[in-house]
Parts: sequence; structure tokens; C-alpha cells
Amino acid sequence: MFTGPELVDTLEQLGVTHVVWVPDTTFGQWEPALEASDKLRLVRVCREGEAWPLAAGLHIGGQTPVVVMQMTGFFESGDALRNIVFDLQVPLFAIVGARNWLVPASPDSAKRFAEPILKAWGLDYVLLGKASEKAKLSEHYRACAAHQRPGILLMAEGHG
Amino acid sequence: MNTHEPTAEPRIPIEQALQTLVALRREDQIVITNQSSARLWPRLSNHPLDFNYNPSNMGGAVPLAVGVALAQPTREVMVLSGDGSLLMNLGCLVTAAASGVTNLTIILLDNGMYEVTGGQKTPATDNEIDFAGLARAAAFPNVSHFWDLADWQQRAPGVLESRGPRFIWLAVGPTPRDVFADKHAPIVKRLSRFQAALT
Repeated sequence: MFTGPELVDTLEQLGVTHVVWVPDTTFGQWEPALEASDKLRLVRVCREGEAWPLAAGLHIGGQTPVVVMQMTGFFESGDALRNIVFDLQVPLFAIVGARNWLVPASPDSAKRFAEPILKAWGLDYVLLGKASEKAKLSEHYRACAAHQRPGILLMAEGHG
Repeated sequence: MNTHEPTAEPRIPIEQALQTLVALRREDQIVITNQSSARLWPRLSNHPLDFNYNPSNMGGAVPLAVGVALAQPTREVMVLSGDGSLLMNLGCLVTAAASGVTNLTIILLDNGMYEVTGGQKTPATDNEIDFAGLARAAAFPNVSHFWDLADWQQRAPGVLESRGPRFIWLAVGPTPRDVFADKHAPIVKRLSRFQAALT
């Protein structure tokens, strides 16, 4: 969907200060552009359960982070998400990769459970299913920020 | 630097361990507690830059503190974590050191149990887990270990002034059970006060 420079340009325009991530095959290609940015700081965490509280600390401290992880990591980090987004009510925004979404008839359970889990959490998510819809990132980010609510951009991916 | 705990396993009384930190706390220093320490710390300190992070997700306090330290580089950030919480998220030591923060102190309050749930053993309780070694392996430049109150009181000022990020492992006794009955403001209100103090 996004090239690294495209993503960095978009996040910079949105005023994002930090990207807190665990990369996957798709997102990993953004790393050189993220590292090269003067306006964004890339923060690497060891597991996705760290990403939510670390990003919350950034937000609490006055910064504007975005969390980036694959859906598998989203599953793994559910309790951290629950605590940060619902108990502390920190309105974080995340880009979540939907592994194998673009692979027809994929048996990947990560694909099958992606939307049901997001719906179960009651999170405001938007699916980015094709490259022509890239504007959805900025639109959804701005909508969530305007209402100080958490949001997810579910980004379709190929083989993970 | 202390590296080996004596076999008798003496422990610092938890209230005195924390009182030492309260006495040395800088006026503009952030303190983040969680689990048992989030119940006891408010009895010893009521500072706008205290964030008693409870309910927390176990293992979440250190990453949250790393985020605050990154966002507030001119302030020192001290985070108190129990051994059970740290064990749930040992990778956070690597994350913290790799983040580049130098304004962070992790205080490990090691009482050898899951205290909030009633004192059950952790997987580390019956083994000699070298938390200091883990922190050093994660690239913390300053790591120390105390199990004697007098030693802790004497050397704490120097340790807390060492180059960060710092990892301080305190072998401590149990938290008095009555603190778990204390009533606290809802977490969102505590967070609002903390955020207001940061701006």
C-alpha cells in the first residue's frame, strides 16, 4: 500500500512524533524511511504488549505517537490494549496489518479473526483494502483525533 | 557493586525501602508505581508527579515509564516494578535500554512472590534468578542490588545519581496487607492530575 517515504510523509503531515512498532514483512520495508525522518522517532519494542503502554507514556507526556503492529501482535497484546485504551482512556491510534488479507481463500486464522476481534473490542477501525484508498489513513486519523478516541487502520497485507 | 545475595536472604522492609526513595526524590522527578507499590506509595507520598498506575496491565509500568521518559527528557523518571510484573515482560529491559533514554530509573521491588494475588510463588521464587545480570545483559549501564537497609540508605544517593538508565534491584519484604484496603481515586482522575502536572 504505502511506500516508506509515502507513509513518513503522511505521518509527518498528521503531526505524529513517534512510531512505536513491531514490524512485519510488509511494515518492515518502511524502516529506512522511518529512520531517515527528522520529525519521526522510531521506537522498537520487543513485543506488542509493550507498544500500548509505551505509546501511552508518550501521549501522557505530550507527544503524538502511532502504534504499528501486525494483527497477530494485536491478538497477543489484548490486555495491554484493554488497560490503556479503556481503563486509562488514552486515545491511541494504530496501524494494524491484516496478514494474508489479500490472499484469496487463505486459511490463515489471523485473517479470519481480525475483524471479529476489532468489533469485539468496540474499536473504531477502517479497512484499507487497496492502494487507491490510501487517503483513509489521514481521514481516519483526523476523525479519531478530533474526537479524542482511539482508532485503528486495518491495512490489508499479502503473505505474512 | 553487589552481585551476590547472601544465603540467609535478608530483605529490606518495604516501607523503609520506599521511604528512602521518598526522601531522595527530586521535586521535578516523575514516579510511576504499580501493583503493590501503587498501594503503598500513596501512604508515603502525595506529589503531583506521582502516577500510581493501578489498575495496570502486569508488565506495563516499565514501558509506560519509557514512553514518559522519552516524552519528558528534561525530567527524571523513576518506575517501581514488582518481580512478578517484570517477569511477565523481561523484554522491556531491552526496550528501555535500546530506547536511548538516560533519564530513567527502574526500581525492582523483589519480594519473591505474586503479592497482590495472595503471595503465590513466581517461576523465579525457588531459583536464584540474577535480575542484575539480566539488566546488565540488556545493556543497562548502571545496575545495583541491595538487600540490607543500612547499605541501601547509605548508597542510594550515589546510585540514583549514576548515569542512566539505571536498574536497582531491591530484595524487599512483604507489603503490609492493610494497604490493599486503602481507597484511591479512579485511575482516570489520577491520570488527569499527573498529566496536568507534566504540562
